[in-house]
Amino acid sequence: MSELTREQAQALIEEVLEVYPEKAKKDRAKHLMVNDKEITQSKKCITSNRKSVPGVMTQRGCAYAGSKGVVWGPIKDIIDISHGPVGCGAYSRGGRRNYFSGTSGVDSFCDINFTSDFQEKDIVFGGDKKLAKLIDELEGLFPLSKGISVQSECPVGLIGDDIEAVAKKKAAEIGKVIVPVRCEGFRGVSQSLGHHIANDAVRDWIISNRDGKPFESTPYDVAILGDYNIGGDAWASRILLEEMGLRVVAQWSGDGTLTEMENTPNVKLNLLHCYRSMNYISRHMEEKYGIPWLEYNFFGPTKIKESLREIASHFDEKIQEGAERVIAKYTPAMDAIIAKYKPRLQGKKVMLYVGGLRPRHTVGAYEDLGMEVIGAGYEFAHNDDYDRTMKEMKDATLIYDDVTGYEFEEFVRQLKPDLIGSGIKEKYAFHKMGVPFRQLHSWDYSGPYHGFDGFAIFARDMDMTVNNPCWGMLKAPWLKDEAEGEQKAA
Amino acid sequence: MANIMVRKSADGGLSFYLPKRDIEDSIISIEFDTPEKWGGEIRLGNGGIYYIDPIPAPARLPISVRARRVDGVE
Ligand code: SF4
Repeated sequence: MSELTREQAQALIEEVLEVYPEKAKKDRAKHLMVNDKEITQSKKCITSNRKSVPGVMTQRGCAYAGSKGVVWGPIKDIIDISHGPVGCGAYSRGGRRNYFSGTSGVDSFCDINFTSDFQEKDIVFGGDKKLAKLIDELEGLFPLSKGISVQSECPVGLIGDDIEAVAKKKAAEIGKVIVPVRCEGFRGVSQSLGHHIANDAVRDWIISNRDGKPFESTPYDVAILGDYNIGGDAWASRILLEEMGLRVVAQWSGDGTLTEMENTPNVKLNLLHCYRSMNYISRHMEEKYGIPWLEYNFFGPTKIKESLREIASHFDEKIQEGAERVIAKYTPAMDAIIAKYKPRLQGKKVMLYVGGLRPRHTVGAYEDLGMEVIGAGYEFAHNDDYDRTMKEMKDATLIYDDVTGYEFEEFVRQLKPDLIGSGIKEKYAFHKMGVPFRQLHSWDYSGPYHGFDGFAIFARDMDMTVNNPCWGMLKAPWLKDEAEGEQKAA
Repeated sequence: MANIMVRKSADGGLSFYLPKRDIEDSIISIEFDTPEKWGGEIRLGNGGIYYIDPIPAPARLPISVRARRVDGVE
C-alpha cells in the first residue's frame, strides 16, 4: 500500500471510529492521531493514560503486574511474595523471560511463584498473620535470599491489611530488607502506576540503605536503569559499556541484585533505557544525590552509535576514545548484517503496538534495515512518551493510544503492513489474518535485541518472519479455488 | 498546591515536572531568579502558570518545591 496522505489517514481514523456509540466514539477519537512533526507537544492532539472505555478489548495490565511483573520480578535475589489469591502471581511469573545468572531456588528467585494464596478465611479475618508465617517459612526454605518484597494484590487493599507493620516487624526479626509494596491492581488505569509505585517503594525502602557506607568508586561508574534483561538484553548492552571503559555498578532490574541497587547512589551517571518505568527513581536520584540521568537507545546500529557517543560525552577522553573504538570494532559486522538483510526487507511496512519504550526505540532499528514504521502506539504511555515518539515517527503516520482490538484489526486491514510487532494477545488474531507478526514484549522467545549483538538477532528474526513462506498458505483451499475460479471466469 | 520538581534541562534552560500527573515541560520564564530570591510566577511552554513561594536560590538543581497552579493545564 502506498503512503497515506494526512487526509487519508484522518479519514481512516474516522471510518474506524464510526462503529462506536456516540460517547465511546468521542472518547476514543482523542486517543488516535495522525503524526505531525510540526507539533512538539503531544497533548494538543492525543490523550493518554486514561481509563479504557468499558466494553472494548484493551491490552493493558494492572498496577500489580507493573510492579511485580516488571520492576520487582527481575531482581534475582529478592523474593517477591504475591500477597493475595494465587491467580495473579501464577499469570505474572516468568512470562517475560528476564534472564539471570544464578541457581534458581538457591540464590535466585525470578522464576518461582511465591504467594500467600488467600482463602476465604484470610479475607474475613485478615491476612497479616499468614504473611508473617509465610516470611518465616521463606526464611527457613530459602536462607540465601537477600530480601523480600510484599506485592499486594487487590484484596489486600480492600480488606485494609497492615502489611507495612508486618514488614517492619519481620525485617527486624530476620535482619533482611522487607519491602511492602502497595501496588493493588485497582490503582491507576494500567500497569503504569504500578511502575511508579514500585519506584516509590525502592526510593523509600532501598535506595538510601547504604548512605554513608564505604564504597570503592571509580570516575567511570554507571548504572543501567530500565533494562529488564529480556532474552539477555542487559548483558548485550553491558558488554558495550564495559568495552568502552565504563564500570557498570548496577543493573535495574534485569539480572540485578539488592546490593547493586543499594550501591547505585554512588554512580556518576544513570543510563535510562525504559523511561516510562524508571524515570521516577532517576529523577529522585538526581535530586537527592545529584546524579544526572540520560536516556539512551540500544536498538539498531544508528541509534546505538548515537547513544554510545552521547554517553561518552559525559566522561573524559579516555571513554570517548573507547566509544569510538567500540563503534569501529562492530561497524564491519553491522554493515555485513545490513548488507545481508536489507535487500530482503527494504520497503517493508511495520506497525507497532507495545509497551514502555519500544514503539519509539525500535523505529531506528527498522529503518537501519530499510523498513518503515507506519503506525505506533502504546498500551500505557503518558504524554511525555508521545512527545518523544512524535519526533521519531514520519509525518502522517498513525499514532494510537491504548488501541482496542477492533481498531487495531481495522487499521491493519486497511493499511496492510508487512509486519506487526505487538503482544501475545494480538499475536494469534493477526496470524489468522495471515499477517506476519512478532511478539515484541519478550521478543517471541528470541533475543537479545539490545546492543550490536542483539541487532544481528533482531535482523534475522524480522527476515525470518516477514519472508516466511507460510503466510501465502493461509487461505483455506476451498476459498482459494473460488478466488481462482472467479479469476478464470473473468 | 502540588509538589513539583524543577530541573536543568539539556539545553541549559529550566524544566518543570509534576510527578503525580507526569507533566513535563519547559519553563519559559521565572519571575525571580537572583541569588537572594528565586521563584514566584513560572510560565510553562504549554501555557500553564504556576506560583512558587520565593526562596533563596537553590544551591543545586533539581529541587522539589510546593507550587500553586495559577492558570492553564493542570
Ligand atoms: S487486577 Fe487485582 S486481582 Fe487482577 S491480576 Fe491485578 S492484582 Fe490480581
